[in-house]
Amino acid sequence: MSETRALLTETAGRMFGDLCTRECSEAAEAGTWPEALWQSLSDTGIVAAAVSEARGGAGAEPADLYALARVLGYHAAPVPLVETWLGEQMLASAGLPPIEGPTSVGPVLRRDTVRLERHGAGWTLTGTLKRVPWGRDSTALVLAAEADGGARTLVISRQVLRASRWKEGWSYAREPRDEITFDGLRISDDCVAPAKTGWGRGELFFRGALFRTQQMAGAMERTLELTVAYAKERVQFGRVIGKFQAVQQQIAALASQVAAASACAQGAAEANAHGLSRFEIAAAKARIGEAVATVAGVAHQVHAAIGFTHEHALHRSTRRLWSWRDEFGTETEWQAWVGAVAAQLGGEGLWPYVVTSRKADLGVALP
Amino acid sequence: MLASFSLDALELPEHLERLREDVRRFLRAELEAGSYTREPSGWDRYDPAFSRKVAAQGWIGMTWPRQYGGHERTSLERYVVTEELLAAGAPVRAHWLADRQFGPLLLAAGSEAQKRTYLPRIAAGECYVCVGMSEPDSGSDLASIRTKATKVDGGWRVNGRKVWTSYAHKAHLMNLFARTSPFDEKDRHSGVTQFIVDLDGPGITISPIVNLAGDHDFNEVLFEDVFVADDRVIGEVGQGWKQVSGELAHERAGSERWLNAYGVLVHLIDSAGPHPDAAAAEKIGRLVTHLWTLHRMSFSLAGLLNKGITPAVEAALVKDLGNQFDQDIPEAARQVLTEEARAALPEEDRFDEMLDRALLYAPSYPIRGGTREILRGIIARGLGLR
Repeated sequence: MSETRALLTETAGRMFGDLCTRECSEAAEAGTWPEALWQSLSDTGIVAAAVSEARGGAGAEPADLYALARVLGYHAAPVPLVETWLGEQMLASAGLPPIEGPTSVGPVLRRDTVRLERHGAGWTLTGTLKRVPWGRDSTALVLAAEADGGARTLVISRQVLRASRWKEGWSYAREPRDEITFDGLRISDDCVAPAKTGWGRGELFFRGALFRTQQMAGAMERTLELTVAYAKERVQFGRVIGKFQAVQQQIAALASQVAAASACAQGAAEANAHGLSRFEIAAAKARIGEAVATVAGVAHQVHAAIGFTHEHALHRSTRRLWSWRDEFGTETEWQAWVGAVAAQLGGEGLWPYVVTSRKADLGVALP
Repeated sequence: MLASFSLDALELPEHLERLREDVRRFLRAELEAGSYTREPSGWDRYDPAFSRKVAAQGWIGMTWPRQYGGHERTSLERYVVTEELLAAGAPVRAHWLADRQFGPLLLAAGSEAQKRTYLPRIAAGECYVCVGMSEPDSGSDLASIRTKATKVDGGWRVNGRKVWTSYAHKAHLMNLFARTSPFDEKDRHSGVTQFIVDLDGPGITISPIVNLAGDHDFNEVLFEDVFVADDRVIGEVGQGWKQVSGELAHERAGSERWLNAYGVLVHLIDSAGPHPDAAAAEKIGRLVTHLWTLHRMSFSLAGLLNKGITPAVEAALVKDLGNQFDQDIPEAARQVLTEEARAALPEEDRFDEMLDRALLYAPSYPIRGGTREILRGIIARGLGLR
């Protein structure tokens, strides 16, 4: 890891560690925006990390963002940092100005249909977006849409968003996942731009999955740590439960899954340095998603009753794992996509493709 | 512990990709020349002629010093070559243990004379080695071995019985573990010594132990007053376990731990065709995501070994995951191509044979080279639980 990246993740880790308290988490789950946490993240430049220097930001590399996403996941920080970075990446690619403040992106579901149409000098937007992360708290929403036969990037400001129809929803971790309906919403022309190739709706899905893999790897590392620590302190039958082979074997199985997840997250992020790493992202999201059942399952089994309480911190990680594994493609959907890639490659073609670091995009449709 | 899997920017120099191409070109030529085919038993085939061809390419003893017939290349280069050979199902079993374990052991602990005697022959693909660890009453509990070496004039007299010794009937040498002082419960790992034993010498009886697939791979090796000269002791008398612990990381970290059933996946993809249904695509895709993950983890470990780090816990972890993969392949394959579907395959299709072998061998993978339970115990120790 580069020195700047190590410094960045260390700084972020300390800040999350200090500020992601139980109070902060509980307030966020009750619907209070964690302003103090967000303000600190803004002050240190982490919010604007994805904004290039030319656009007035900190200009972190994408690899820095993935490393930070992992730290974010580790600390179960209840803020839309990843979504804000994704929004800025989309805006920058389309040449739209950066936005200050929390940002969300969409559509996050492939089934959502939103229609963007020319209307005089501007545009209208019609349709419903579901499961929008932190929709209600966002200063703006950045969307990938199709119009006039081409991909567009558009931005909807908070004022305009407010006028739309809302239905508040939550993830398993009680992070906001809202439904927004647009009935011919008017959007001015300066908020819409042609999307650069490789920055359409499908690519947003891959990029979202990539960020989720990083967050999940972080959350899994935390889950493992909590589990090992608890097994070393909880005494039953006169010894700490970690001394029982039955418990050791289970935790070792958990650790293997976490190690695999960690390797996947790292692999997908690295490969993405050479352009959108579709295969690696798909493989990582599927593999890590699959690991959740064992990781969360064993962690809760070892923690037993205390881990099932709201009081204990374990669920801050495991509930996020349960929601993140479903978002931007569940493991079976990505497995099917990877299976379709394999079918195109053929039996003997698979190996060279899997081991090369520069993979061609075979154009397999999204799951 | 987990930090080892977060190696930043995995080193992927261009020359490694070129080396992969070299291996593939060699394999294509051999395939066309008919010197090997992708067989159900994959790379687990003893083929001295093929081993000599691999040696001629400079791909045995790759990391060893030139003075002993080696090629002074990196662990990453060795990793790339072995992975390509295994994935192609090339018959490389004959020289495998000698190249992977025995050579590095001699380099680390052997005498100068031993290095000069054996390493060049191994690197030439002409000397094969088996490992004599397990005994009838010593499986996972290797410290309890009872095969005894008694000091005599000029050497040692060995008596005892080894079992599950793979390819003892074909190897030239055995890396023998024998007790040279009585078992001490307080210091379980002392008193065991490693010897180099010529398997064609007097007093050695090798008998087959046929496995459940009907194949002869395992053997029982009986030692009756076998004389082993002093200069055949590897390293120090009584230090056998210390010497072997580093060896185990090499044994467990490699791609041979998850490329045993790979031929089934290759055939499965072709048999399922270019447009598999959703259920088939999911099952095949799942295996491919595991393949990519294991490749990446093993490669990371090769990177650690290259830096001189012995990642014992991580190696245990990769073997545990890899063994599961070797079992998952036939399990998925029989569900994607059911008995009904297999019956409809063309006459010349060998999928059935491939599946047969992979399914019948599946129970062996989480047993050989350290059982799942032992590996998980190592992982638990690495986590500080024991």
